[in-house]
Amino acid sequence: MVARTSDGRLVRRPLSPHLQIYRPQITSALSIFHRVTGVALSVGTLLLVWWLVAAADGAPAYDAVQGFIASPIGLLLLFGWTAALFYHFFAGLRHLAWDVGRGFEKAEYHASGIAVLIATGACTLLTWFVGLLLRA
Amino acid sequence: MSEKTHTPHVAVLRSPLGRVRGLGSARSGVAHWWAERVTSAALVPLTLWFILALLGHLGAPHAAIVAWMQSPVTMVLMLALVLTTFHHMHLGLQVVIEDYIHAEPVRLASLLVMRAVTALLALASVVSILKLGLSGHV
Repeated sequence: MVARTSDGRLVRRPLSPHLQIYRPQITSALSIFHRVTGVALSVGTLLLVWWLVAAADGAPAYDAVQGFIASPIGLLLLFGWTAALFYHFFAGLRHLAWDVGRGFEKAEYHASGIAVLIATGACTLLTWFVGLLLRA
Repeated sequence: MSEKTHTPHVAVLRSPLGRVRGLGSARSGVAHWWAERVTSAALVPLTLWFILALLGHLGAPHAAIVAWMQSPVTMVLMLALVLTTFHHMHLGLQVVIEDYIHAEPVRLASLLVMRAVTALLALASVVSILKLGLSGHV
């Protein structure tokens, strides 16, 4: 493959194996999942905007949104939204740590990857547990 | 393959000043990268605050939401949250589109549509927050 060095010269470089050659690893899986949750959360902002616009419109529109959120589909969406948010939150913190040069050793990024998954599950369940307690 | 003797060669069309500024072909340098990190760092406390605030208002009636939004602290943090969120979302979706959509017309159209939708969602949020927060007695 022909590529360009930082000073502008063209060089031939070997092409790395493609996605379907690699065995899935936690690093690559979490990386693509960060992107997937980012896109999902982007779609999820529609719910937030709908909620805000309805609240600004008045009580009837607001009650309609609240009714939708409390429906089985609404609750399912909200649960997915919570999980995606916590995943993107913790994986984002992991990225920020990398950006300042921390956690690049193999043992470290494997451990931090597992930690992101555990933190996501724990915080999602804790949030819903607290939420259901408050509503009960 | 007979590539061992063939060295490809092109002239560099970047000025030395352009190279030292590191602006690259997009002419924006690391601004995008930085903005993505700065917005994500800002979203860490804002998101946590928002989740806790939502937990405190589960099933709240309309009047309670209005009263909550009429606090200047709430209004400022909500505005900061939505502006930072939609800025971050715009930066992230831009990279996703640029990575996966290769046909230039489709890519350009997707970027423009994404930008318009993101901006409209941000404006709708800001107007709603301001209306709720500044509407006097409801």
